[in-house]
Amino acid sequence: MLTSYKEIASNGLWKQNPGVVQLLGLCPTLAVTTTAVNGLSLGLATALVMAAANGAVSPVRTFIPSEIRVPVFILVIAALVTVIDLSINAFAHPLHKVLGIFIPLIVVNCIVLARVESFAAKNAPTPSIVDGFSMGLGLALVLGLLGAMREIVGKGTLFSGLDLAFGPGAKQFILTVIPDYHGFLLAVLPPGAFLGLGSLIALRNWIEMRKAAKQSAGVTSPLSAVSH
Amino acid sequence: MRLPEIKSALFQNALRTAAIMLAFAFIGTLLLASVFDVTRAPIEASEKAARLSLFKEILAAENYDNDLLASQVTIAPNALLGNRLPSIANVAKQQQQTAGVILEAIAHDGYSGDIKLLIAIRADGSISGVRVLAHKETPGLGDYIDIAHGNWIKLFDNESLEKTAAEKWQVKKDGGQYDYMVGATITPRAVVKAVKQALQFYQQNKQTLFAVNP
Repeated sequence: MLTSYKEIASNGLWKQNPGVVQLLGLCPTLAVTTTAVNGLSLGLATALVMAAANGAVSPVRTFIPSEIRVPVFILVIAALVTVIDLSINAFAHPLHKVLGIFIPLIVVNCIVLARVESFAAKNAPTPSIVDGFSMGLGLALVLGLLGAMREIVGKGTLFSGLDLAFGPGAKQFILTVIPDYHGFLLAVLPPGAFLGLGSLIALRNWIEMRKAAKQSAGVTSPLSAVSH
Repeated sequence: MRLPEIKSALFQNALRTAAIMLAFAFIGTLLLASVFDVTRAPIEASEKAARLSLFKEILAAENYDNDLLASQVTIAPNALLGNRLPSIANVAKQQQQTAGVILEAIAHDGYSGDIKLLIAIRADGSISGVRVLAHKETPGLGDYIDIAHGNWIKLFDNESLEKTAAEKWQVKKDGGQYDYMVGATITPRAVVKAVKQALQFYQQNKQTLFAVNP
């Protein structure tokens, strides 16, 4: 029953992507993605929590009675989130100011509990960690992409606030994509998040449909050649 | 199985479940306590550093030689400052002489929610600088009071009650001297009023503030 690591990774990053396929954990997805750095940072923090939560639950999964598994899972997740919250506050203080209330909210991001419940509770530690991390990474990519879209359209910059995460030296990496841009507020406000996420979902579906069309075309073409 | 046996099996099961839950809670608490202990010092240090760099923005470092963070005075809830809880003012000293005061003021009459301000006043009653600490004004509209979105807040630099008559402490729309952006008058109106009241508070309480001797 052991699924291969490659399959686990592709599930998290593409096939079952939490951000654009499972649509789990939309609260932070929509709220923090005003810039690429915000989105990526929260996404990576979530990925870290997911890998750690899966890794913590999997080895003890046989000891947890099924009646209390959900409270135990939430307890584990909450403890890990608080650890990450404290660490970010201590070592990336300005970033903590920006992400503020959203870090503790990772606890209630249902994608974390969903992966613990549906994967870590049934699988060995290593695949569980890989699953948690790739699911989290899939979410982080969506958050980063959505953040980048909203930032470019809304402010005309990319990676603004990078110095918050990596110190003042990172300021030189901030790109001004559109110079002398006065901003398009809609993209930064909540509706921009919905529109952006909608476009990302549409883009993914379009790629999938093209892939499916190509495959079926590959199957049918010899037949059609015969019929002609 | 007879009823008493079922009962005791149920009881045992419940006990075992509770024990497991307790064990997880214990491990979780242990983990949190140790991480809290390790991160406490860095968090305090970075909070201090963030606060100090904010102070430096509104009160140049050459204006004082004392430890600003340590030289505090607690201000009881006051209508002029708008604080409903005791707030902390930091007193700057230069060679034992009071050089200025950094006050926190809250404007309750913004467009949405409270606007928290940090105001540095020099000993002579003039403003050294003002910054918005927290606000919930409309993004792109009322948020120009925030230094991250505009230089409006710098209009207060070097202002004082002596320099500017009381009736000029208003936005231009109301007959005062302060610029505002069309469509967002409520926000600057609230900030101007809060800064003016903070200056009045300073005038009334100069002696108490100067008496601080940390």
